[in-house]
Amino acid sequence: MEPSLASYLALSGILFTIGTVGVIFKRNALGMFMCIELMLNAVNLTFVAFSRYYADVTGQLFVFMVMSVAAAEAAVGLGIIIAFFRNRLSIDVDDASILKN
Amino acid sequence: MASTALFFLFAGFAIMCAISMVYHKNPLYSAISLVGVFISLSCIYVTLAAPFIAAVQILIYAGAIMVLVVFVIMLLNLDDQQTQNRLRYLWALGGGLGLVLLVQTFFIFYAVMRAPQQASDQALTVGKTLSIGQSMYTIYLLPVEIVGVLLLMAIIGAVILARRLAQPQLELVVDQELDRRNEEELEDEYRIKL
Repeated sequence: MEPSLASYLALSGILFTIGTVGVIFKRNALGMFMCIELMLNAVNLTFVAFSRYYADVTGQLFVFMVMSVAAAEAAVGLGIIIAFFRNRLSIDVDDASILKN
Repeated sequence: MASTALFFLFAGFAIMCAISMVYHKNPLYSAISLVGVFISLSCIYVTLAAPFIAAVQILIYAGAIMVLVVFVIMLLNLDDQQTQNRLRYLWALGGGLGLVLLVQTFFIFYAVMRAPQQASDQALTVGKTLSIGQSMYTIYLLPVEIVGVLLLMAIIGAVILARRLAQPQLELVVDQELDRRNEEELEDEYRIKL
């Protein structure tokens, strides 16, 4: 017997929860970036599970799209992190306060 | 039965790696834990009869994105993250949001009973590269084109962000530091001449 659809959704939900809590707790820009990647992966797992149980290829195609968007996000996000580090010599998001006042 | 055992094995591994990623302060340990999550998710995709997505997961996530992240970690050469004056309400916010999401997850677990309980046999051909490629270049041609334009924009944006000369006002700290060093060198030369 195979695990039911609900168990895949539960795993996806748990991973998404861990990613969300990590984004809020981490003050390190790279750590927040990696937590966002974890959340994207949790959603990908949901897509693939639904694609399997409804025998529809659309879910897997959109996993492919999400991966492309994640790659674009990695390129631009890491560029921003490096520019921020050059400016402030830190990647702590609490230091990103130039526009505060 | 075997697929159930594999699912619980890899699900446990993924959850443990995810918790370790959030727990570790050192970004390099976090990155390695995240690679563990990606690999176990890729194994789960294989048990879900999606071999193409499993291979692409390893190639793009573990192979490209995480190598980029580790590159940046090595490039920046960070010290260990010290906890400074943090906002207190973030703990309440994060804990509350996490609790709500977990409750929602268990609600989903008990509520998805109308969904199909057994995977259909037709799905065994769905995950193959042939069917994905066919629908990618027929029905979903427009989204694929849009993703191509998005990747081009990302390339241009990354190049512009990483250039040094294009953004003089962002180089304030580094420029001041370089100016200070130049002045010190000039002073040294002056002393030598004297």
